Amino acid sequence: MRQLLVFALRPMTGLVVEEASDGLAGLKKIQTQTYDLAMVDINMPLMDGLKLISLIRQDEKNKDIPVIIISTESGMDVKEKADALGVNAYITKPIMARNVLNTVKSLLEAENG
Amino acid sequence: MSDSSQEEGKRKSPKDLFTKGRDFLDMYSKVAEFTKELMEENSKLQNRVNELMEERERLLTEGGQDPEEARLLRRFEELKREKQEILNHYQQVEEENKDFMHRYHEIESENNNLANLYVASYQLHSTLDLNEVLDIIAEIIINLIGAQTFGILMLNDKKNALEPVKAEGVPLEALPEVTMGEGIIGISAQKGENYYRETGGGREQLDVWKPLVCTPLQINEEVIGAIVVYQLLAQKEKLQKIDYDLFNLLAAHAATAIFSAKLYGDSIRKQATIKGFLDLLTH
Repeated sequence: MRQLLVFALRPMTGLVVEEASDGLAGLKKIQTQTYDLAMVDINMPLMDGLKLISLIRQDEKNKDIPVIIISTESGMDVKEKADALGVNAYITKPIMARNVLNTVKSLLEAENG
Repeated sequence: MSDSSQEEGKRKSPKDLFTKGRDFLDMYSKVAEFTKELMEENSKLQNRVNELMEERERLLTEGGQDPEEARLLRRFEELKREKQEILNHYQQVEEENKDFMHRYHEIESENNNLANLYVASYQLHSTLDLNEVLDIIAEIIINLIGAQTFGILMLNDKKNALEPVKAEGVPLEALPEVTMGEGIIGISAQKGENYYRETGGGREQLDVWKPLVCTPLQINEEVIGAIVVYQLLAQKEKLQKIDYDLFNLLAAHAATAIFSAKLYGDSIRKQATIKGFLDLLTH
């Protein structure tokens, strides 16, 4: 997931997209730079997606940033945990690229009013 | 009557009787004529009654005796016809609308599929590093197809066998080395034809010789490897149309990407060797 949509989102939406190879790298990026939206895989090396999101929500700068989870897991327990963390959208694999793009667009539009 | 009058009556002559008779006949004739006139008048009135009855029936049918009512009745009939025509047109438009909606969904679905194919092809040719190419193929299989357990095998020309180079959901060592023509995988690779097992999503006990899908990776007609899928994600019950398109895309583009990456790796190594050799000569 970390690479699949990164290059695709860029030309399809004109968005600036950056990737992180694992959860820790993602946390470091989001703490040091400013983003409009985070797309997180649940299963990541070093730090799983739910842990990363909980840390993002504790960060004053990023606590309100829209977060999309993309996961192979469709179980209700994971979704409930994601809801509790204020995740804005939950997409289950296999993904449809346009579904992801539409979700990203609608969250960014809502964010920008 | 007095006696004198009676006497006078008795004295009436035959001439008087004739006159009286003629008067009576005249009167009878007049009565007959009057009766005939009455009969004729009656007949005329009867005809007139009949005419009026017919006129009444006609007017009742046409909306009463009032011409305005008749006009309105005709207008009513016209409006009824127009209403029926509009209803027919409405039903026709409704049918067309359903047809357009159906086509819209088809096009929407096709767009979604094209977006996935675009992402996959874009990704496959985004690098010339062999390991990254294999990672990208794996990501496409996981994320876009929704496979949980699968492997990528590459052809070893010397052994004429397919060797596992990447595995997901199962240890690499657990995947078999498959001689060309051996079992489902070997036959599929040898023929250069995709193999699909239509039943089940691979939920049963994993058997590395019985894949759900085997897609030979080919450049032109030459097979350089194969993608072997054993199990789909729990939420994915079966393969969809887009999955077959993706496997077809992978069969050609993944092979090209792998082949290009290998060539590039070889050329980099050779370039380094030549450069080192030239350095030795010039120093």
